[in-house]
Amino acid sequence: MRLFEHANYPFLQWRRRAYILSAVLILGGVAMMVRNAVQYGSWLNYGIDFTGGTTVVVRFDRPVAVEQIRAVAPDWEISHFGSDREILIRFGGFQQALGQDAAARVTEALRRRFPAGSFDIERVEAVGPKVGQELQRKALIALVMANLLTLVYLAIRFEWRFGVAAVAATVHDILITLGILATLRTTISTETVAAFLTIVGYSLNDTIVIFDRIRENLRQPGAGRHLAETLNRSVNETLSRTALTGGSALATLLSLMIFGGPVIREFAVVLTLGIVVGTFSSIFVATPILYEIEQRWPSPQLQGARVPAARTAGARR
Amino acid sequence: MSKTLLYRFALIAGLVLLAAGLVWRRGINLGLDLQGGTYLALELDRSQLRGELPPDAADQIVQIIRTRVDELGVAEPSIRKVGTDRVVVELPGIRDEQRAKEVILKTAFLEFKLVAQPDNVDALLRRLDRAVLEALGPQAAHAGPTSPTGPTPAGGLFRPRGTDTAASRDTARADTALAARPFSAKLTPVDEGVWSVAAEDTAIINRYLSLPQVQAAVPRGLEFRWAFVPRAASAQARRERLLYLLESRPILTGQYLEDAQAQRDPQLGQPEVVFRLNRRGGRLFGEATGRSVGRKLAIVLDGRVYSAPVIQDRIERNGRITLGGASMEEARDLALVLRAGALPAPIRIVEERTIGPSLGQDAIRQGWRAGLIGVALVVLLMVGYYKFSGVLAVVALGLYVILVLGFLAFLGATLTLPGLAGLVLSIGMAVDANVLIFERIREELALGRSLRAAIDGGFKNALSAIVDSNVTTLIAAAVLYQFGTGPVRGFAVTLALGVVASMFTAIFVTRTLFLFYLSRRPTAQTLSI
Repeated sequence: MRLFEHANYPFLQWRRRAYILSAVLILGGVAMMVRNAVQYGSWLNYGIDFTGGTTVVVRFDRPVAVEQIRAVAPDWEISHFGSDREILIRFGGFQQALGQDAAARVTEALRRRFPAGSFDIERVEAVGPKVGQELQRKALIALVMANLLTLVYLAIRFEWRFGVAAVAATVHDILITLGILATLRTTISTETVAAFLTIVGYSLNDTIVIFDRIRENLRQPGAGRHLAETLNRSVNETLSRTALTGGSALATLLSLMIFGGPVIREFAVVLTLGIVVGTFSSIFVATPILYEIEQRWPSPQLQGARVPAARTAGARR
Repeated sequence: MSKTLLYRFALIAGLVLLAAGLVWRRGINLGLDLQGGTYLALELDRSQLRGELPPDAADQIVQIIRTRVDELGVAEPSIRKVGTDRVVVELPGIRDEQRAKEVILKTAFLEFKLVAQPDNVDALLRRLDRAVLEALGPQAAHAGPTSPTGPTPAGGLFRPRGTDTAASRDTARADTALAARPFSAKLTPVDEGVWSVAAEDTAIINRYLSLPQVQAAVPRGLEFRWAFVPRAASAQARRERLLYLLESRPILTGQYLEDAQAQRDPQLGQPEVVFRLNRRGGRLFGEATGRSVGRKLAIVLDGRVYSAPVIQDRIERNGRITLGGASMEEARDLALVLRAGALPAPIRIVEERTIGPSLGQDAIRQGWRAGLIGVALVVLLMVGYYKFSGVLAVVALGLYVILVLGFLAFLGATLTLPGLAGLVLSIGMAVDANVLIFERIREELALGRSLRAAIDGGFKNALSAIVDSNVTTLIAAAVLYQFGTGPVRGFAVTLALGVVASMFTAIFVTRTLFLFYLSRRPTAQTLSI
């Protein structure tokens, strides 16, 4: 069996449509962030890792409705967690400011309505406001650092045009993933940041495989004169690999999403969407942007005639 | 079999056996999110510091907390300094995290202070009343004019200034006497220098005592301190609290403490803590108590008065702290922290995560199931698409998993829940290198190369893509490690190990398997790929 054996899709010719799609997704995401900012006060649904605060997970011995808990404590933020027997409670203040231990507080409040022994405190997480602010700063630094280092690495291994195109595609992925997070109102935790950086890594991975093929194909004499054709050929030649690797990653993620339990699920959802976006962007963003850059600021060694002399200096560097 | 092939197999077998042995012998550290337990990030509280902070305060705190935690009997606790002011405590598999937290957080600063005997208590209280009125004005001061026995006007306690209704003003007029003494009206004398305060008034008294004007009015060298309330105190006992006026200068501190034990008071059967001072402490204590026979001596721990017995006679090395209504466990914990010594500075929690053991077990079970199903899907995909070569890739994948686990065991790294997810995902991504190689081999075969040349060419052509793409993933992992805390770091470690191990298995192991195949069938011209 061979997928895409004689694939010859004119990907580059479709780039306008791809740009429009990307623009719509990004703008839609921004619109959702603005809506969130207006409606909920923050553009993303930051979890306590970032804002500071306390969450408590309680497991009951039978299914409970959110309303039943709300009747006990109307000012808590309450949601189901994983199953209908587990409840996630979140309150804003950090426990020490409230002067009482979070677990004790929840237990005391629930006792009024539920018999002792019918519920168990499963998990308590409390993050002070100072720690949360530190984390926000660190997460931002991490994203910027990861992109900068990659840019440098690609500039050394390929050429600056490749580096810029790859990072542009990564920023595109980050923006769209943020938009999705804003739309789904997924809780942003440190794990989400981890997922995010994995997406950055995967998307680059994917882009580099295509770029590696482009680098190789450009070494053939005269490739520079038919740049669009060369780029298209490179994407088509790596298409089966893209499908298979993407498929394997998605298979494991799908399994994590379905069977991995509530803690992993959000993490897996973010990764899945990110990998889909990352695969899309390698073909429809990174490669076209490389093309556009090459059109505007052509590299001297791709001027056709001078290829044999200059290719090791530029494309291979 | 050729010699190179033999070496290759020997190297692979050696590494795999080493990895398997490491996993077998050392096991894999499971993170708190997988086995349950408590994570605490503590910070020195510089705002509550008395005097200078020793430069190695955080190290001392690590030592003292380790002693305390060891006595609690937690298996394999991890206590370490982070930065200059922070200490991270990890207590895996702990049951009663509430108790552990109290034991850890207690500063355990023990002081012995005499209860004050001011010449004119009434004059002192009047001065404090005036200071409150001066600070808050008559409006605010009458906001809570309740005596422990008097009626409480509904909602009057915390009514903000300026929102008074006519009704409450009437109440105020009826209570003009009380309004003039906002502070002393809430105190009921119990003994010289000791008052009782209704529990609901403690907050407002605290507020009054924290006013700068009031602090200025308290005579130099004296201080107010609340009594300690045991965790097991009855509702009856909680209804009111004692307030002591003490001499600020302690006659002795806990630094001379040699031993402390919990026991039951032989007469009443109440839990109490008996302690022994060292020789020097005993001498100092003897002199001080000998001078003050007949006065009350307050035993103050972390700013709370535990008891204030009258000194009957000179006390030398042995003393006791009665705990009034505490449980035996509380007494034992107190003895424990006294033995371990006082922290050089108060600490507070800045981050806390507690995961119940059953949640951790669920996470592991679900993680395993998700992982196995995910791997099964990848195996199906690879074998279905690449047939025999796919089987080789799956063998390499199996070795990959063993190697990663071996690495984790070797580094003593901790496998967290995101780490487990990262491991599963890395399996999906580990096939990438093999996919790249197989695609190249197919291309070479399609160009009509001989099998051997096609395999060599496939590996050679795929190498640059594999290296470049994996290095960028390593960059992301390194950044993640730098930025991350506990669970995220675990994820970064597994991700990075996964990348390194997958490069080895995909390139070296698969190649060896191909070479082996070729050596067994030197004439083969086709390959199931």
